[in-house]
Amino acid sequence: MSKIKVLIIDDENDFASTFSERLLMRGYLSCAVNCAEKAFKTVKENAPDVVILDLKMPSMDGIEMLKVLKKMDPSIEVIVLTGHGLSKGKDEAIKHGAFDYLLKPADIDDIIERIERANKKRMLEQQYLASKRV
Amino acid sequence: MIHLDLSKYNELKDMDIGYYKSFTRKMVIFTVLFSFIPLLVVSTLSHHYFNTAYKEKVVAHINELAFKHKQNIDNFLNEQLMNIRTLAHSHDSSKLSSETFLRQVLSVFKESHSSVFVDLGVIDKTGGLVAYTGAFKLMSANYSETDWFNKAKEREFFISDVFLGLEGQPNFIITVKKDEIFLMATVDFKAFSSIVEDIRIGETGFAFILNRQGNLQTLSRYNVVPSRMVYRELISKASLNDNVAIFSNFKYLGKKYVYTMIPLKGGEWVLVLQQEVQDAFSKLYTARYIGIAVFVFAVVGIIIIALVVARKITKYLAEVGAAKEKMHERVRETNKLASLGELAAGIAHEINNPVAIMVEEAGWIGDLLSEEEFQETENLTEFKRALAQIKQQGARCKDITLKLLSFARRTDPRMVNVQMNAIVEETVKLTRQSFKFRRVEIKANMQPELPTVSASATEVQQVLLNLINNAVDSIDVSKDDGLVEIITKNDNDHITITVCDNGQGIPNANLDKIFEPFFTTKPVGKGTGLGLSICYGIIKKMGGDITVKSEIGQGTCFVITLPQSD
Repeated sequence: MSKIKVLIIDDENDFASTFSERLLMRGYLSCAVNCAEKAFKTVKENAPDVVILDLKMPSMDGIEMLKVLKKMDPSIEVIVLTGHGLSKGKDEAIKHGAFDYLLKPADIDDIIERIERANKKRMLEQQYLASKRV
Repeated sequence: MIHLDLSKYNELKDMDIGYYKSFTRKMVIFTVLFSFIPLLVVSTLSHHYFNTAYKEKVVAHINELAFKHKQNIDNFLNEQLMNIRTLAHSHDSSKLSSETFLRQVLSVFKESHSSVFVDLGVIDKTGGLVAYTGAFKLMSANYSETDWFNKAKEREFFISDVFLGLEGQPNFIITVKKDEIFLMATVDFKAFSSIVEDIRIGETGFAFILNRQGNLQTLSRYNVVPSRMVYRELISKASLNDNVAIFSNFKYLGKKYVYTMIPLKGGEWVLVLQQEVQDAFSKLYTARYIGIAVFVFAVVGIIIIALVVARKITKYLAEVGAAKEKMHERVRETNKLASLGELAAGIAHEINNPVAIMVEEAGWIGDLLSEEEFQETENLTEFKRALAQIKQQGARCKDITLKLLSFARRTDPRMVNVQMNAIVEETVKLTRQSFKFRRVEIKANMQPELPTVSASATEVQQVLLNLINNAVDSIDVSKDDGLVEIITKNDNDHITITVCDNGQGIPNANLDKIFEPFFTTKPVGKGTGLGLSICYGIIKKMGGDITVKSEIGQGTCFVITLPQSD
């Protein structure tokens, strides 16, 4: 089975890079970007399976980003990981197609579990779509 | 019981009360003064003018009376004088000196009603009585030494003052000179006096006649006549021409009198009318009393109205002020909560990010430590323990920020009409579930048919859950009769929800701090100190109040009051 491609979008470089390293160590193909442009570029070029997205970033609002990502590739699963409050952010995110919503600091095992589940869901959906096409 | 409107609000209210009191006082004073001054001016002026006009009227009336009586008396005297003069002129001296003739004349006089002569006589120029007829036997009398005869000698006719005659009776005499003799007639004093005595003015007024020396010339039925000196004084004051002289407010024996004096008999006598001031001006006094009564009534009325109006206005202003203050307070409260919420969300974000980095870096170290080259390291377990601690403390930070965030996140803050009993019942069920294994009984004691309150159901439930959790926590685990009771009650225009426990109670020193954010007595890491402050914020926002009573060893009661929905 091929490795799961994970894209981390977070303006907190220190967090994103370390987190990316740790995912790499655990056998994921991960990559961290800190702005919207780089993120879109990466999505276009590498087609990640799962995106870890921070909601509050200077260049673009996380929810906006989520919408654009889902538009670019509906099969992408997005897990929101943010330091910001739960209030309306969670509802918004889920409404716009986020797979889950996690609050920083989150345990890496929790995140990995979400990534696995998100990926499984994505795979199942793709299989379903493929079977339909056939 | 502690009210969270703390002391500064009480001070504010005290200040307000002082302000409103002084406002009322000022308003009363101004109203009374500004009504009182014109009233006083009008009353004084009208009193003055009425007084003057009425006195003028009374004086004019007395004047008229005095003139009338003067004329009356002068007429009487003139008439008597004319009788004697006619007699003297129509007969010669010798005939007049005949006693028989005199007797005939006197009887004629007596037959006519207007005559009041008691005798008739003729005196020669030496004063010897020549002829006499009348009541007295006076044939040998000689009048040469008498005062009146000396005066009469000088004049063609003369009316004497009243004197005690030779007969010892008061009388006065009319004489008319005829050649060498004097025709003399004595006037019936009582008849003359009665003319004056019969004069009556009002209830206390009467009249008498004085001569220039202040001697009485008539009898007076009333013995209130002051001493002769007083009359002399009065007469000397009056410039007795033909004019009426009026002295009012003449005091005698504690009473005030009005004296009216008018000359009689060519100025030799004075007709005096005496009346008590009280009587003469009785109507004026009545009017004055009525005026005073009306004035007093008006003043009292003004004061009462000023008081009532001022109080009403102040009450209204105070109500408006209180309503405004309440609104301001609510606005301030809302603003405070909103900014606290924003702050909380901001802090949560600002803290969670660095904490996330720390935890992540610690995780990274952990990852690296698991590599083979470190497996032999002496302190590997110690490193792992430290890393686990960092992770755990990171999670604790997250918990705190989550609690903080619940400030900003009011589950469903929409206010609807809710039935408190239903919420309590549901909450009790929920808590029973979670405290199944604690030996604590959770009991609900609800008043049936409770009116609805306007509140957010989820928020109220949050508050109740918080209070019940606290209550259960306060009960010693080793005790087996722990009890938490929730009581709902209708109380006038609001309902109360009381959450009581028989736990360890809250020390007095902590009671007024328990609603403050971050105040906690739980061990570090077990409580954030935000629960009750959130409860407080929620209840206050709904227009209610939350208070606490507690006794060490007995337990604690939290009382929530919420206004009934309209």
